[in-house]
Amino acid sequence: MAKIATREAYGQALAEFGEVYKDIVVLDADLSKSTRTEIFKKKFPDRFFNIGIAEQDLMATAAGLATCGKIPFASTFAVFAAGRAYDQVRNSIGYPHLNVKIGASHAGVSIGEDGASHQMLEDIALMRVIPGMVVLSPSDAASTYECVRLAIEHEGPVYIRLGRLGVEEIYKKGELKLELGKGIVLQKGTDVGILATGLMVHEAIKAAKMLQDEGISVYLVDMPCIKPIDIDLILDVAKMTGCIVTAEEHNILGGFGSAVSEVLIQNYPIPVKMVGVNDEFGRSGKPEDVLKYYRLTAEEIVNKAKEVMKMKK
Amino acid sequence: MDKAKELELKKIATEIRKSIIIQTAEAGSGHPGGSLSGVEILTYLYFVEMNIDPKNPKDPKRDRFVLSKGHASPLLYAVLAEKGFISKEELKGFRQIYSSLQGHPDMKKVPGVEMSTGSLGQGLSVANGMALAAKLDKKDYRVYVLLGDGEIQEGQIWEAAMTAAHYKLDNLTAFLDHNGLQIDGKITEVMSPEPVDEKFRAFGWHVIKIDGHDFNQIEKAVNEAKTIKGKPTIIIAETVKGKGVSFMENEVGWHGTAPNKEQAQKALEELQKQYEALEVQG
Repeated sequence: MAKIATREAYGQALAEFGEVYKDIVVLDADLSKSTRTEIFKKKFPDRFFNIGIAEQDLMATAAGLATCGKIPFASTFAVFAAGRAYDQVRNSIGYPHLNVKIGASHAGVSIGEDGASHQMLEDIALMRVIPGMVVLSPSDAASTYECVRLAIEHEGPVYIRLGRLGVEEIYKKGELKLELGKGIVLQKGTDVGILATGLMVHEAIKAAKMLQDEGISVYLVDMPCIKPIDIDLILDVAKMTGCIVTAEEHNILGGFGSAVSEVLIQNYPIPVKMVGVNDEFGRSGKPEDVLKYYRLTAEEIVNKAKEVMKMKK
Repeated sequence: MDKAKELELKKIATEIRKSIIIQTAEAGSGHPGGSLSGVEILTYLYFVEMNIDPKNPKDPKRDRFVLSKGHASPLLYAVLAEKGFISKEELKGFRQIYSSLQGHPDMKKVPGVEMSTGSLGQGLSVANGMALAAKLDKKDYRVYVLLGDGEIQEGQIWEAAMTAAHYKLDNLTAFLDHNGLQIDGKITEVMSPEPVDEKFRAFGWHVIKIDGHDFNQIEKAVNEAKTIKGKPTIIIAETVKGKGVSFMENEVGWHGTAPNKEQAQKALEELQKQYEALEVQG
């Protein structure tokens, strides 16, 4: 089966929704070939603005468009969207709660060869602490399409985390229906919960199979919506399994695992192990090699699952 | 501009100056210097030029104003109160807990505030976005933005300057409140942005230089900007920081310091005398 990167699905979704929602405008910062907003640009050249290599201007221009009723999708690499333009996202988009959607591609280490300067591992942390910011992290093409739809339908700022690497289909487009603030139960189980987001959902699916082959029952959840987070579902997993592993292509500090832990520690404290990058910057290499180097793998999820099961009271 | 009109505007400007002093004195904080320097510019825009209606602050056809130098909030609030967007009573709450008048303007809390500002360098980009939206929607409203001369040290201003020229935003007029001072001293000593006129011209803007306290020059410049096609206009307004209050004029210390009770009293007496002198004229 052909693999599709979530950034590719993002570009396609924008072009598709652009037909229906005439207020959608797309802005890019000289990366439209990479963020795939080029697909929208070709279809709707009048509603596409290339701001050049100027991410601060990109974000605040999007804010100005939003004050006039447009639905701007400000698109660039995650490292620039959440990092370089953080102040603009915070002050000109988040604080006035403007209807700007941030399409942040090339997140995580899986962009590979470009190395640490371009591998964004802090964006979930940075974006989820902005009051009112919705943070979405789709795992495949269909969930990306749904995330774009949710972003359009939600009034307010939304950050969509996208990857460069082609990934397999998990869901069929048209069959998946996402809700804001809801996770997707892939299977229920009783021995250990695995909650994953983005690219790591694919590894989590493999890990769940490996664990099941050893007779371990796994409650497996895809969490495309990091904020607002699905508290009810997290608690259901916690109560069913008594221990949880989180998996994300992000620094384990402040990221998805932290968000899950915040829910657990305040409501139903149970042991948690996190799979993610352990407070390090990325490095260059082939995407698959980099993912292995940082142990963003199914095998590591299996190891952590076994560890966390031993911690159950 | 006829004399009667000019006199009326001067009176409004003096009232606004009083309000800036009262707001900052009551709050015990705020930025009087750079608020006083922009008084004539905002007075002209709000009382002559802009198509705005306090009863319908969200009218899609309205002209937009962005206060990029958000620390001049007492100026904006005073103008909005004088125009009827907010009550004058509200001004007493400036910077106080439970008041909607935040230290820097919040568009979600105050009707008539078009953008939440305060982090310098972002307002020009926002104004670009508004001007782009007008072009997309084929609406003929205009967008105005007030920049500080220290503020243009922010790199984003020049990103936005490029964008405005690139997209030929002739429905955008920027004012530069060129008072020459910033918190740490003279702009030319801290980090000189000069020559600002040549810089903006090089970036593809139409540039007009005026005395920013002269209503006739402001009017002429605003009208000229409306005739310019295919490029944005910047009106470089030479102003005096602390204008109208003798002991505040050109004193860098009044950038972000509120007057105490006695100082406020003294300032208000001076402004009252200015007002009375205007009354004698008309």
